[in-house]
Amino acid sequence: MERTIDLINERIRDGNAVVVTAERMPDLVAELGEEGALAEVDVVTTGTFGAMCSSGVFLNFGHADPPIRMERVWLNDVEAYSGVAAVDAYLGATQQSETRRDQYGGAHVIEDLVRGHPVEMRASSRGTDCYPRRTIRTELGLADLNQAVMVNPRNAYQRYNAAVNTTDRVLHTYMGMLLPNHGNVTYSGAGVLNPISNDPSFRYIGSGVPIFLGGAEGMIIGEGTQHSPAGGFGTLMVSGDLKAMSPDYLRAATMHGYGVTLYLGLGVPIPVLDLETVRATAVTDADIQVDVVDYGVPSRARPALRKVSYAELRSGHVEIEGEEVATSPLSSFRMARQVASVLADRISSGGMTLALPTRSIDRTKTARPMRETAQGPRVREIMDRQSVAITGDEPVTVAARKLLKGETNHLVVLDSEGRLAGIVTTYDLSKAVLRPERARSVEDVMTRRVITTGPDEPVDIAAQKLQRNNISALPVVDADRRVVGMLTGTNLSRLIGRGRI
Amino acid sequence: MKLVVTFSRKRGREPVIAQVVRDTGVLINVERAQIDSHEGEALIEVPDEACQLVRERMEALGATTRRLDRTILYDRDECIDCGACISICPQDVFGFDEEWRLTVDEGRCVLCGKCELACPHRALSLQL
Repeated sequence: MERTIDLINERIRDGNAVVVTAERMPDLVAELGEEGALAEVDVVTTGTFGAMCSSGVFLNFGHADPPIRMERVWLNDVEAYSGVAAVDAYLGATQQSETRRDQYGGAHVIEDLVRGHPVEMRASSRGTDCYPRRTIRTELGLADLNQAVMVNPRNAYQRYNAAVNTTDRVLHTYMGMLLPNHGNVTYSGAGVLNPISNDPSFRYIGSGVPIFLGGAEGMIIGEGTQHSPAGGFGTLMVSGDLKAMSPDYLRAATMHGYGVTLYLGLGVPIPVLDLETVRATAVTDADIQVDVVDYGVPSRARPALRKVSYAELRSGHVEIEGEEVATSPLSSFRMARQVASVLADRISSGGMTLALPTRSIDRTKTARPMRETAQGPRVREIMDRQSVAITGDEPVTVAARKLLKGETNHLVVLDSEGRLAGIVTTYDLSKAVLRPERARSVEDVMTRRVITTGPDEPVDIAAQKLQRNNISALPVVDADRRVVGMLTGTNLSRLIGRGRI
Repeated sequence: MKLVVTFSRKRGREPVIAQVVRDTGVLINVERAQIDSHEGEALIEVPDEACQLVRERMEALGATTRRLDRTILYDRDECIDCGACISICPQDVFGFDEEWRLTVDEGRCVLCGKCELACPHRALSLQL
């Protein structure tokens, strides 16, 4: 008999459906063969539990008396978007509290609501004839809201690139803490249990499909934002009723130095209707590859150091440039398993039936980068084109004279080929005055590890270098390390004067 | 046994730890040390049975010592077993068991504090 979704749902209702998690499938197929697995299994459940920044809830507060058309609204000091009629708001998970900064945000408000904690709502308005009230302040719990609907624009990434840092300082990113000199690798995603990785052709993952979301029954709206399945980075837009969710599957978090995010459990059941589904759900961690990307490069096109499979990442170590480097997941595999198995239990106990997509999701799309019509300022536009140079063998007295004559605080030190070898500042020379016996020539006092910028570097990146290193100037060098200018704090302040930043 | 030893620089720059090692013959493992202009603090590990002896000798040389019974405080309720702490720990304190549950080997901790920052769920804090 041909397998249909109705037949599977009938078996679910009768309590006879065989439901397994995607982690079991590779072994089942090895044991029973593809045909055997098809005959045996009705539904495969997937699950993931990780940071899903692109999440949030629509809240309806009902009308106050006298009524207010909320123009700005805050929940526990976290602002929600209220440009959607009078008493609705969308609270984003990553929005931070105005008073507690990254220690509390939209995700924490959502978790507090789900935990049954009341939150303080305040709103303001300019007042209209139909909505005369201008301010309101009240305490609300989840039960007081007419609707609290989670709508997440981009969840359940098919896979996610692993992160590494080749710079010499610690980076704090949304991929967690990245130690210098590729000291560790972080990654995210449930690999073998990942929903889209078990149906990469989007045959059964599509609009209207019921899912597990935060402990409640939710549904797939359609493709997520940044959906890029052509490269293996599909995403889903999903929704679910916050009132039915559980704090076990919804946890607020803070990535140090990045900000607030929401950890969320999401699982998609896949009906096993044909051999192609059997093959797709037999995917293993070894089959799913991602790049290890260098977050030390402050550009969208971050270079990849190598490709790696989830199997390697989950082994605890990967080899990067000849060294064994420890890995850390940022998503919880234990919780991903729990999501998949709780979803399996719900289905096999008849608590949830399946549906085919009402609309299919595009499997060929590629997300494009932002079109930028106005380029931000570059270093070459604001740098000083003159710099005062010296060589390392010259005495410090010559350096002092040059600094005074050049009316500058920085001398670039050039080697015999005219390339940048160091920098000398008035501070270095002051030290030389105090310890004349140790500092005779420029070489003795100069800084050799010079932090530099390039003429085409965005000014924002150069400004970050000045600030982070607490320095006042950057030599501007070309690809050959020849000095083509200097960028100082004064150059930056002129930019502010011109209103360019 | 872990001890936090505090030296006052007012007493000069005597090599207290080296002196105690020589006097007592106890091998002291210095796990972490922080010395600034007026004070120094070191985290040392000594065998349990030698702890009392080492403390007495150090105090006689003008240092103060404090036993450290707990290092990292782990809040199981806040932890979701992500493992963000595993790769940033220089001492391999953290790992997974077969069920992908986080394991914490507190005794290895040298209180560097990295995990406190790296934990997205504030499940780890230092006991100082």
